[in-house]
Amino acid sequence: MPDFDVVDLEPADHPEPGETAPDFTRPLVGEEYWEDRSLASLAENGRFVLVFTPMNGSFLARYIWDELVDRKWDTSDATVVGVTISTPYEHKRFVDDHDLPFELFSDPGNGVAEAYGIAHDLDGMAGVSEPRPAVFVVDGDRTVEQAWVASEWPDFPDYDALEAVLGNDLEE
Amino acid sequence: MRKGSTADAPITFYRLQGCPYCERVSRLLQAYDLEYRSRFVEPFHSKRNVVKRVAGVRTVPVVVDENTGVTMAESGNIVAYLEAEYGSGTDATSTSSGNNGNGGDD
Repeated sequence: MPDFDVVDLEPADHPEPGETAPDFTRPLVGEEYWEDRSLASLAENGRFVLVFTPMNGSFLARYIWDELVDRKWDTSDATVVGVTISTPYEHKRFVDDHDLPFELFSDPGNGVAEAYGIAHDLDGMAGVSEPRPAVFVVDGDRTVEQAWVASEWPDFPDYDALEAVLGNDLEE
Repeated sequence: MRKGSTADAPITFYRLQGCPYCERVSRLLQAYDLEYRSRFVEPFHSKRNVVKRVAGVRTVPVVVDENTGVTMAESGNIVAYLEAEYGSGTDATSTSSGNNGNGGDD
């Protein structure tokens, strides 16, 4: 038996493949500024990937983004964007510090995670709710193609399975 | 333009959260019922390369109006411009203190 606990999470009621990804509008933070963007407007550019992570300071957020950088998801045909409860200022710093080639939605109220059925109340941080780690591959009609949602805490995306669906040649 | 961006509003408004000079411009844009999108930048001027690139300065507010091709800095100048371009006589003009681009912006 390991001497640490990985906690099972309650089943999430999230959009499944074939269902529509809920639209939302939140500040989208890039390397120079942030502005309100809707998911619908992102979808106008075609396929996209929504990456929900715990808040920026957590090792989970850093590991997930480091992995996506290593895997060159920024070269995918799909637009990869993040969602966390971190503020636009924190996102801006995170993008700067890590030279992150992705843009991040800021959702301090966690309403987006609630709409996606993946809100996670943090034990020991009273009143703080954030998304559980989750990744949705969505087509330009906002139809979910693939969904990976953490079933344990902590848990990391099944990157290989997601890449199989993305089907992009991500190698240089 | 970055991947994923769209140009759906003709007026782009570079601003700083809570900056009174920006709020003045914001109030006027709303008073004239103009469609605009807000782009928020950070307090440090050194972090505002986008504003420098667009308008040649690092102060905000800055307004880029694709309706007219005008890019303008300095809140006093912006207010005067908006009044001249979109004002319809007496409404909303009482917020104006004229063309006083005096460098007081953030």
